[in-house]
Order: sequence, then structure tokens, then C-alpha cells
Amino acid sequence: MVENLNERTVAVENAAGGEENVVFDVTKARLISKRRRVTLPQWATAWIVLIPALIFLVMFMFYPIINTFFMAFVEDFRWVQGAGSFALGNFISALSQPCQSWEDGIVGGVCEVYHTIPAFGFGNFVKVLTDPVFPKTILNTIELVIIEVPLTIMIALLIATFLNSIKALRGLFQTIFFLPYVTNTIALGLVFNMLFASGQGGLINMLLSNLFGLDPINWLKSTSVIINDELTLAPATRFAQGVVIVVYAVWNGLAFKILVFMSGLATIDKQYYDAAKIDGSNAFTIWRRITLPLLSPQILYITITSFIGAFKMYTGVMAVYSGSNKGSYYFGGEKGEEWMPVVGWIYKQLEENQNQPGIAAAGSLVLLCIILLITLVQFAVSKKRVHY
Amino acid sequence: MADKYFANKSELTKYRVKNIVIKTLLYAFLTIFALFMLTPFLFMVIGSFIEGAAFEKFTLYADFSQLGFEHWSFENYIKVFATTYLDNLGNTVTRPSFAQYFLNTFIVAISSTAVTVVTAVLASFAFARLEFKGKDLLFTLLLATMMIPGEMMVITNYQTTIMLNWKFTFSALILVHGVSVFYIFYLRQTFQQIPNELYLAAKVDGVGDIGYLMKVMVPIAMPTIMTIVILCLMGSWNSFIWPTLVANGNWAVGKSLFGINYDMRLVSNGLMSLFSSEIAKGQDSVKIAGSMVVTAPLFVFFICFRKYIMSGVSRSGIKG
Repeated sequence: MVENLNERTVAVENAAGGEENVVFDVTKARLISKRRRVTLPQWATAWIVLIPALIFLVMFMFYPIINTFFMAFVEDFRWVQGAGSFALGNFISALSQPCQSWEDGIVGGVCEVYHTIPAFGFGNFVKVLTDPVFPKTILNTIELVIIEVPLTIMIALLIATFLNSIKALRGLFQTIFFLPYVTNTIALGLVFNMLFASGQGGLINMLLSNLFGLDPINWLKSTSVIINDELTLAPATRFAQGVVIVVYAVWNGLAFKILVFMSGLATIDKQYYDAAKIDGSNAFTIWRRITLPLLSPQILYITITSFIGAFKMYTGVMAVYSGSNKGSYYFGGEKGEEWMPVVGWIYKQLEENQNQPGIAAAGSLVLLCIILLITLVQFAVSKKRVHY
Repeated sequence: MADKYFANKSELTKYRVKNIVIKTLLYAFLTIFALFMLTPFLFMVIGSFIEGAAFEKFTLYADFSQLGFEHWSFENYIKVFATTYLDNLGNTVTRPSFAQYFLNTFIVAISSTAVTVVTAVLASFAFARLEFKGKDLLFTLLLATMMIPGEMMVITNYQTTIMLNWKFTFSALILVHGVSVFYIFYLRQTFQQIPNELYLAAKVDGVGDIGYLMKVMVPIAMPTIMTIVILCLMGSWNSFIWPTLVANGNWAVGKSLFGINYDMRLVSNGLMSLFSSEIAKGQDSVKIAGSMVVTAPLFVFFICFRKYIMSGVSRSGIKG
């Protein structure tokens, strides 16, 4: 028998105190010791595991933020497709070889116009703020946000409180109220479009005429609708369209808010309620003095996130009009600008005005400023009001 | 029992009546709102089965007889999944079927979820357990990016996509959102709750940092990771803006390599293109069936993972 070169016999003290011969495999021992030797210092491991995330972060987050800032402040920045470089690089190459990157610099293949170095300034912001549509989109968004967010939060708070005070069917109700969260925004937007159909029989018009005897309303169509010989509906008013948008936004937004409030309510100690009951407080006082203060962290969180989220609304508004087949940038009215939100304008600019991204970039910076302002105001308010 | 709290019987009755009235009002209020929540779904389910002509009559004249079962069929669904149809002139026109949009969405949802989870697990491990120079700075930087609206990044990402020749490729859909700062935070918080003793014990046993991550931290944090997976999958199913910008048409690689016109739209964009296609022109019930087709898988998913989804969403909400 050939002796295994990797096996060693070692005398080891056994439990009884005597000696015992143990055979072990050297390769295994070597493996273990080798593994120990390769162990990296923590900082090295840290950077290695961070690499995948960092690559994505740098390429698709840090760089874009810097670049967007940059583009917004360069006067008359032209970005040329197919120039084969990043936007920032595009700019740099424009500095060194003006004609290759500036479309209008080349006349008949010969470099005619040499651009001077583009100046930094607020030109894009002036363009954005004097744009015929942009200021209107900001007003649209503010209008929708101011109505939609408080309404949703109040209803959600009410429903959550009520749900918390019942026992039977609570799970069922909770599931029903959560359903809108697991839907596709476009799909349900279309359903709302149909519910608010202009004809007599859109479900909402049907209810209005059968229950209250009202004339049908043209909710969304920008053209007049002929119902019958006697009745022709005028094009949808701004108000009617706004109602549909808000109803859909509330319907869509309730689910998440109710869920967060419910889980906040579940953490409130029952003892507070028992003590209040012994003191003979009525239900409203209990809600006002116990539930509300103890729920204030959740309320603050929801308020901030929904104001920010609502300011970035786009899909929800567009989806309400999706039944009219006018594309992704139609928001009611003849020109599709009636209820256009800020983000809708930015994307429309980006796609339709591709070689001048500076304008869309400036628009998005205005949006950033608004969002930061809201956050600051809310934190300032919450310092006094929130009970942790 | 009751006589301990109430002076006399009439007061007890009063209390009971008041209680019943309040309970009734509560349930009435909740039922009304539950109906408000459910109506669109009911409308969608019923509408999707009613044949086009009957649906037209129903919506135009509120003729309830049109809701009868004799008008129910799968006609609308067949149209949604059809790959060919006859146009006004009688020519056969091919169009992508919804099955294709499903396949695209599955590919994107699964791969982008995988990428997001891997990057989040690794990065949050570094932030939660390891010490390195610049950790605080990097972490603050990440915090700051969470304040910045994604729209700002989309503008440059769109240019990057074109520059990398990624427009109309799956890479643009999967990789551009390959990292989520929010999930890194979320997972980091779970990782930080794992006691330090486990780490030291693992060290003594000769387990390295990566081994510890895979064998100890990931199994313990599994509920959080599952939540992230679920939220990611649902996010992909819903994504609309980015695919509209970079993938609203035929697959570039398919065209250049295989010479085929493969529509790479995801379900949301597929739905939008169905709304405007010839097959659904003037046929509202087909559009509703399309909406139903997009919503149904989400519902099945929800029914399977109801508890996971609800607890996950509320947890991520509170900790967010």
C-alpha cells in the first residue's frame, strides 16, 4: 500500500489524559491556514463590496446631478446626438473643436463659424420662466397638490382611526383599502377615464342623473360631445378635469397612507386609552389628545413624502387622459396643457427639444428648489408640533 | 357587571344604544369608502368581459340590459392577445401581442431586481458592519441624493443612454436603475440590528467578512430582502416614464443582429400603445380588457404574498 503523503500522524492528548494517535490531512490544514492568510483588512473589503453600487451611483446618480446642474447654467448649450461623448465631454470638445460639436458651425463640411466659449449664466432659467407653458405647469401642480394631499391625508387618518376601533371585518376592510396600491397607474387611469366618460352612461354621469337628476357632465373631453338631438355638452371645463384628476389621485394615494397610519396606531400603548376612559374623556378628546399626538411622527412622515411625491406627479395625471389616445404628453385642453404638471413639461422638453437639454435641466432645478423649500418649511413646522 | 358602572338600567340601555348607533355609522362610513375603492375594479372586471357593441350601448345610454351574461365573452381578451388583425381595408396587419410585453417585463423585472438587491446587500453591508475611511462622507453624500428628484438625473441619464448606444436595449432598462439609495438605507438599518457578538463569533471561527455576510447577515435579514424584492418587482411592473423615453419601440439589438422587429415595450407602454392601436380604436371594452390583463398578474401576486407585501410596505414606510 502506498503511503498517503498528505497524511500525518500526530500524538494528541485525549480526554482521559493518555495519548492517542490522530491521523489528519495536511491539505485541509493548509487550506484553513491559507484562507486565514488571505483575509483582507476591513477597509479593503468595504471598498470591494461597495464597487458595484458605486459604479452605478457614479454613472447614473452623482454624475447626472453634476451634469444637470452644469447644463442648466451654460448659456445656449447644445448637445449633439452621436457626437460620441458624455454631455460634459461634449461641452469640453466643443471648447477645443467648436465645429465638430456645434451643428450650425459647419457649413458645407467646412468649418465656418468658431464659437466663443459659451458663457455661464441664467439664460436657461430666463427661458424657462418666460416659457408660455412652464409657469402655468407650476401653478397647475401647486393647485393639485394643495387640494389632493391634505384631502388624502385627512381621509386616510379618518379611515385608519375608524378601522382601528372596530374588530369584526377589520382585516377585510384593510385589504380592500390596500388594493389600489397593487395596481398599474396607467391601467387604472384608463378605468377612471371610462368611469368619467362624457356620454350619458359613464358610470359617474349615470349616478348623477339617476340619483340627483343632473344633466350629464363632460368631464374630460376637450371637444363638445353630442348626447342627443337636444343636448350637446360643452368642452370639459378646467374644474371638471381637475375633479377627475384629484379623485384618481386620492383613490390611488389612500392605500399607502392608511397602511402607515394603521401600523402607527398599532404601536400606541393601550394603557393611554384605558386611562382616558377612566377619566371619562369622550371619543373625540381621546382622538385629539392621545391618538393625534402619538401618531404625529407618522403624520409628519406621510405629509413630507406625499407633498414631495405629489409635486413630482406625472403618470397619474397623464393616465386619466390615456383613453383619449393623444400620447404621453397630453394633459387635457386643446393643446394638452390644461393640467400639465411640472414633470410632464420637463419630459416633454427632454424628448421634443433634445439638443437643448439645458432648458429641461433648468426646469428640473426649479422643481428641486420647490421641493427643498417644502421640506424645510415642513421640518420647521414639525419641530414645534411633532411629539416623538 | 353593568350595575357597577351605570347608575340605573335606563342609562345602561342609553349607553348600549349609543354604542350600536356609533358602530353602525362607523361601518357605514367604511363600507362607503370600501365601495369607492372597489368600484373601479368591479367596473374593470365587468367591462372587460362585455362585448364591444354591448359595452358601447351600456356606456352611451346606461342600458343595463347590456350587462346580461349573453353579452359576456372573451372577445376583448382575444383581441388584446391577438398578433394580427384586419384593418379597414381588409389587410392583415401584425402587431405585438401582450404576451410579448409580459415577457419583456418579466425579463426586466427579474434582472433589475437581482441587480438592485445585489448592490444593496453589498453596499449596506459595508455601511452597517465595516469600518473604512470616508464612510461618513459617503453616507452623507448618499443621504443628500435622496433629496434630489429623479427627474434631474433622468435628463443626463437619457443622454448617457444615447451615448452608450443603449436606447432600445434592455441594458437601459435594467442597469440605469441598478442601485437604489433607499434600499441601501433600509437594509443597512436591518443589518445594524444584528448583534456585534455574532460577528466576533464568526471571526473566531475563521469566517471572513464575505462569509459572514452570506451565512449570517443575509439569512437574518431575509424578511427585509424579500420586502425589497417584492417592492422592486412591483416597481418594474409599474415603471412608465423611463421606458417611455428609452424603450418605446423596437429592440435595437434584435434589429441589428437578427434583423427582426421585436417590440421591446414593457406592459405600461404596451398598454398605451394598445390604447392608440387600430385594434382598440373606438372599442373601449378592449382597452379595459388590456387594463385588466396588466392588473391581474399584480393581483395574483398580491394574493400570494398579501402579508409580506402589506407588512413590508408599512415597514419600509415607517423606516423610510
